[in-house]
Amino acid sequence: MMLRMRIVKRQEPLGMWGSCLVLISALVLAVMLSGLLLWIGGTSPGGGIAALFQGAFGSRWALEDSVVKAIPIFLCSLGVAVAFRLKVWNIGAEGQFALGAVGATWVALSFPEWPKPLLIPAMIVMAMAGGGLWGFIPALLRQKLRTNEIIVTLMLNYIAILVLDYLVYGAWKDPASFGFPMTRAFSDQAVVGKIGSTNINWGLLHCVVLGAGVWAFFRFTRLGFDLKASGDNVKAAKYAGMPYDYLVMLVMIMSGALAGWAGFLEASATVNRLQPSIMVGYGYTAIVVAWLARLNPLSIGIGSILLAGLRVGVENLQLDLQVPAAFGGILEGLILLTVLAGGLFTHYRIEQRKNP
Amino acid sequence: MNFEITVLLLAAAVQSGTPILYATLGEILTEKSGVLNLGVEGVMILGALVGFLASKVTGSPLAGLLAAGAVGCVAAAVHGLVCLVFQGNQVVSGLALTILGTGVANYIGTGYVGQLAPGFAPYPMPVLSQLPVVGTIFFNHDPLVYLSYFIPVVLFLFFSRTHHGLNIRAVGENPAAASAAGLNVAVYRWFGIIGGGFFMGLGGAYLSLAYTHLWTTNLTAGRGWIAVALVIFAFWKPGRAVFGAYLFGGIMALQLRLQASGTQLPSSILLMLPYALTIVVLVLSSWKKGTSDEPAALGVNVEPAD
Repeated sequence: MMLRMRIVKRQEPLGMWGSCLVLISALVLAVMLSGLLLWIGGTSPGGGIAALFQGAFGSRWALEDSVVKAIPIFLCSLGVAVAFRLKVWNIGAEGQFALGAVGATWVALSFPEWPKPLLIPAMIVMAMAGGGLWGFIPALLRQKLRTNEIIVTLMLNYIAILVLDYLVYGAWKDPASFGFPMTRAFSDQAVVGKIGSTNINWGLLHCVVLGAGVWAFFRFTRLGFDLKASGDNVKAAKYAGMPYDYLVMLVMIMSGALAGWAGFLEASATVNRLQPSIMVGYGYTAIVVAWLARLNPLSIGIGSILLAGLRVGVENLQLDLQVPAAFGGILEGLILLTVLAGGLFTHYRIEQRKNP
Repeated sequence: MNFEITVLLLAAAVQSGTPILYATLGEILTEKSGVLNLGVEGVMILGALVGFLASKVTGSPLAGLLAAGAVGCVAAAVHGLVCLVFQGNQVVSGLALTILGTGVANYIGTGYVGQLAPGFAPYPMPVLSQLPVVGTIFFNHDPLVYLSYFIPVVLFLFFSRTHHGLNIRAVGENPAAASAAGLNVAVYRWFGIIGGGFFMGLGGAYLSLAYTHLWTTNLTAGRGWIAVALVIFAFWKPGRAVFGAYLFGGIMALQLRLQASGTQLPSSILLMLPYALTIVVLVLSSWKKGTSDEPAALGVNVEPAD
């Protein structure tokens, strides 16, 4: 007898434990499917997946590296989540991150002698301005002309990376770099240091403070409440007289400023200069994390460490088993697709169709 | 710039606009059914890789082309599965498809970077290619360019003159009403997604089998996203898509020639041109929206009925 299924709407949305189960099943399915691709590529799937997680979380060094990579992902994702909350599709974290790094670098190279308590805040301000500007442009176009922000933010990503290239191959290139595209190293005052004897930089603290700040903003302020309400129901919010257009601008600037802050940390704390190699797609990973975490700041923290860990694990796979780096994209794409599909079970359940 | 160079540049515009044209037409077919597929970039690059591999293995570019079309259908069907069956958000699913497609193509393609495969050679049309100016611009290309001349016409007739074409538009405009009128909304949306994926796959194959005859990483370089923008620029009309695609073909051809001519402009500025132009084109088309054929229900899922 053939089993016939039908989809039935739930009376109440799926609870927390049910959602966790769906999420975990989706992640397991994504990992199994990527194992299949490893097998197609001639790598043992079991060994490959083991090496992936071993490389991500299996040693102190690996864990530290995962946290270091989670920092920019977290800040970009926090920004993306702020925009998504208002149903504004900011796909531009990658470009806002680049412009943030450019803004911070401009300060670091122009005023290297400033004392640290002045220089670091100035770098942050310029990073936020750079990222914020890159978020403001699509918001302005969307508001004035109803231009599609998905495509504009995406195109601005390509442009921002080329702006960064233009600077490090041109005006900002270190004369002593033997032709490598990079600026000269930042002065000590412009570098965010590491925590104790670990490899993790103080950017982690920035993440905690900014994450708590964003959470409190939505939880306790009038503006945050307006934002949440507008995101839940655009028509009703407009009817209630909320300044929707102004809120769109605001979230896009906030969103870009947070990604810009991540760019500042990457330049200052991780590589101590500006170079094209900082553009590794954190801005896109951030979108995966934001969706995975359903835009909740605490969950974004967990998701960032998980996805950063997978990045570190893929590097390990590359070294140990010569798996191409593009495997990381496969993992992220599959995770996003399976989690998205799993969302069905939040509002629906599947039951066996009764015979008539 | 003298006359002869301009004509050659226009011919190059047609050639480099062709992959974008295929992808744009595919996205129009998908969006007309009410489904937004932002995975064009991922579907295209998979088409480019599979077309290349199939042509390399079989020695026949035609087999490569068909394989690329087929893989385009399969990749787009993933989007269909997530959005039509599992009710996933269409924007996010499309993005995920781009991330996945780019990942898979670069993963499988790693060992083939820089290798050659048999591709389509230019085939000057008898008689037509001898026409002054027009012959050089339009009839001195490979067969895939000639094929692309017919598709906008076929799509136009499909949407305006055929029963199923009108139905697919009805599904894109108002799925609830279409469903009430007895149309099977899911079937038409599946058709839009898979049919669109087929053309996106062909667009990818054009890059690896005609534009170049080799495989490199990130071969599509954002062309899929440009196609998504061009659908808006074209107001969802297949005929206007032709102009948009050749406009971008032109700017890409110009960019390559400027680079080759040893201009003072830094290459990063030249490389920005198509992306900046995409924004300009979008701004221009959002200026007046009066005549747009945008499907009213674009991007909205249809809830499953009990």
